[in-house]
Amino acid sequence: MKILVPLKRVADPDNANKVKVNGGKLETTGLEWKPNPFDEYAVETALRLTENGTNPKARQGEVVVVTFGPKDTETTLRAALATGADRAIRVDAADDALDGDLVARALKALVEKEKPDLVLLGKQAVDGDSNQVGQLLAEYLGWPQATFAGSIQSEDDKSLVVGREVDGGTLKVRVTLPAVVSVDLRIVAPNSVRGKHTPPTHAYADGVRFAALMAIMAAKKKPLAEVKLADLASDTALKIKYTGFELPPARKAGIKVKAVSELVDKLKNEAKVV
Amino acid sequence: MTYFFETEEHAALRKNVRRFAEKHIRPHAHAWEEAGEFPRALYEEAAAAGVLGLGYPEEVGGGGGDITHVLAASEELVMAGQSVGTTVGLGSHGIALPPIVRLGTPEQKVRFVAPVVAGKKVAALAITEPSGGSDVARLRTTARRDGDHYVVDGAKTFITSGCRADLVTVAVRTGGEGHGGVSLLVVERGTPGFSVSKKLAKMGWWASDTAELVFEGCRVPAANLIGEENQGFYAIMVNFATERLYLAGQCVAIAELAYAESLRYARERSAFGKTLMGHQVTRHKLADMASRIAAARALTGEVTARVARGEQVPHLAAMAKNVATDMCSAVCDEAVQIHGGMGYMREVLVERLYRDARLYPIGGGTREIMNEIISKALGY
Ligand SMILES: Cc1cc2nc3c(=O)[nH]c(=O)nc-3n(C[C@H](O)[C@H](O)[C@H](O)COP(=O)(O)OP(=O)(O)OC[C@H]3O[C@@H](n4cnc5c(N)ncnc54)[C@H](O)[C@@H]3O)c2cc1C
Repeated sequence: MKILVPLKRVADPDNANKVKVNGGKLETTGLEWKPNPFDEYAVETALRLTENGTNPKARQGEVVVVTFGPKDTETTLRAALATGADRAIRVDAADDALDGDLVARALKALVEKEKPDLVLLGKQAVDGDSNQVGQLLAEYLGWPQATFAGSIQSEDDKSLVVGREVDGGTLKVRVTLPAVVSVDLRIVAPNSVRGKHTPPTHAYADGVRFAALMAIMAAKKKPLAEVKLADLASDTALKIKYTGFELPPARKAGIKVKAVSELVDKLKNEAKVV
Repeated sequence: MTYFFETEEHAALRKNVRRFAEKHIRPHAHAWEEAGEFPRALYEEAAAAGVLGLGYPEEVGGGGGDITHVLAASEELVMAGQSVGTTVGLGSHGIALPPIVRLGTPEQKVRFVAPVVAGKKVAALAITEPSGGSDVARLRTTARRDGDHYVVDGAKTFITSGCRADLVTVAVRTGGEGHGGVSLLVVERGTPGFSVSKKLAKMGWWASDTAELVFEGCRVPAANLIGEENQGFYAIMVNFATERLYLAGQCVAIAELAYAESLRYARERSAFGKTLMGHQVTRHKLADMASRIAAARALTGEVTARVARGEQVPHLAAMAKNVATDMCSAVCDEAVQIHGGMGYMREVLVERLYRDARLYPIGGGTREIMNEIISKALGY
């Protein structure tokens, strides 16, 4: 199976206090970047589907990672290559010249070139939380989609059984390949992904795999191609216009209540939540 | 801050080790330190994450890289894991294995090195004895040759990971008096006559076990001799030079952590109507701490880069160790001071770091012995 995984780097959410707003624009200089966690889960999922978990070094398929951004986003791609992805593509673009729709349109062109069996992506990026690219891409390609996957079973190369995380439970759907699947947090639990090369008794370590130094060094030699955005999308106009950014208001100090009755009273009459 | 020698590769490595430490150590750091141990399962987890094998060649199952990678990784373990005891316990093989890697036979590497870097066995190094540690050439534990065995008698003390070690690289006297009679012998757990007599209670490094070991008529196969008989002293000295850089690196990391904690506290805590940071005295204290850390980091980094290049500079390693240990003790002391009464409380990280820091001018060769090495090398 060949899987394309689009990745995005995001400002380190643990250092959200460093984000500054300057004249209604976001200040990105000095921010630390991290791969979007949901995209890391997508890479992990793609690797699990294209290997025998008991012998992950012998690859059983191809995982191609792609990102959109300036040269320094290649760090994000190299990190994915270090965990096991086979090949990388960087679509050269400025961060603020992109929106979900343009990325989806460019990805469509890339998919037509690369012809993967599956596009796996994070359900959303934790910066803008837009949650759009997967859905738009499936629509533009005319491919089936399954969003918020918490589990994936792959018995053959024709379809996948995807457990979608929905309100109140899991919805199991069978999607015919090629398809677009977006993943949720639970996809990296030890038994969430059942690839056809891995024995059903095998349990993965919880979470995203680590990259040892040797893999980091080997990743420097893996192919990383650069593509121009204009070669993938003739129309690079954005559909989303940002009119301004504001920091959330600072949190007010809390209060201590003396009795449960006072708590109930405050929740009812001040917070108006019950 | 990072070391001047670091490349993109070190940055990627740091990220990986940080993620490991944040996930597998940090959530338990305080509990493990209080309990005086960390779970054995951590060795295999660290091996799977590529942490344990760093600095060991691929042929023995290691993860490649050199001392520069080990230093960067251990800084992340300390800073992101926030448990010095766990870091040093997990790393005890860092002093136990190098002589085997350097001088051991291929069979010895397969038997002793490979399972340790895979996290399946634990290794310790035993040089120090109850009668003295600084004067290695006068060690008293004897190993008498008897057929194809050595019979070992004596005791070792202050041995890191000694309680749980599956194999111990032991310095023994196989020959006459002085440094010319010293050899290295690997003693495996379960060998009759080898026992752990005590788990020692100590000031800091709580999560790492420190043991007293006893050998009574302990028969060790001669095949466990590392290198040549009576040639062990030089191997021990070579090993010390890298250990001292590891220790200097740990000091830099501990100080960075104490400094970061102080910075946070100074911004949160108020006195006399403004934050501690609002007082110039605090800002200058922090500036001094940052400068001292930077200086120790610069020296440690330079010597590490020289060693990675193949230079033999034990006196520079001794200088780096002294500069870094003094710096670390001073920075941790100031960190406690900035925290005020809280700094004296067990629940606060800097209280623990202050205790952990005290080991460094003693372990791996004392401050005074470092100065002996430096003055001899400089010819006075
Ligand atoms: C937590 C911990 C972990 C340790 N882990 C290990 C381990 O894993 N393996 C191991 O082998 N050892 C280990 N050690 C032992 C450590 O290396 C020794 O404690 C150290 O080398 C000093 O030896 P000593 O304690 O016998 O002190 P001594 O040698 O008795 O020295 C006592 C004092 O006299 C001073 N002194 C000695 N000789 C001179 C001199 N010529 N000139 C001036 N001053 C001198 C020393 O500097 C020191 O201040 C550990 C120690 C501790 C505390």
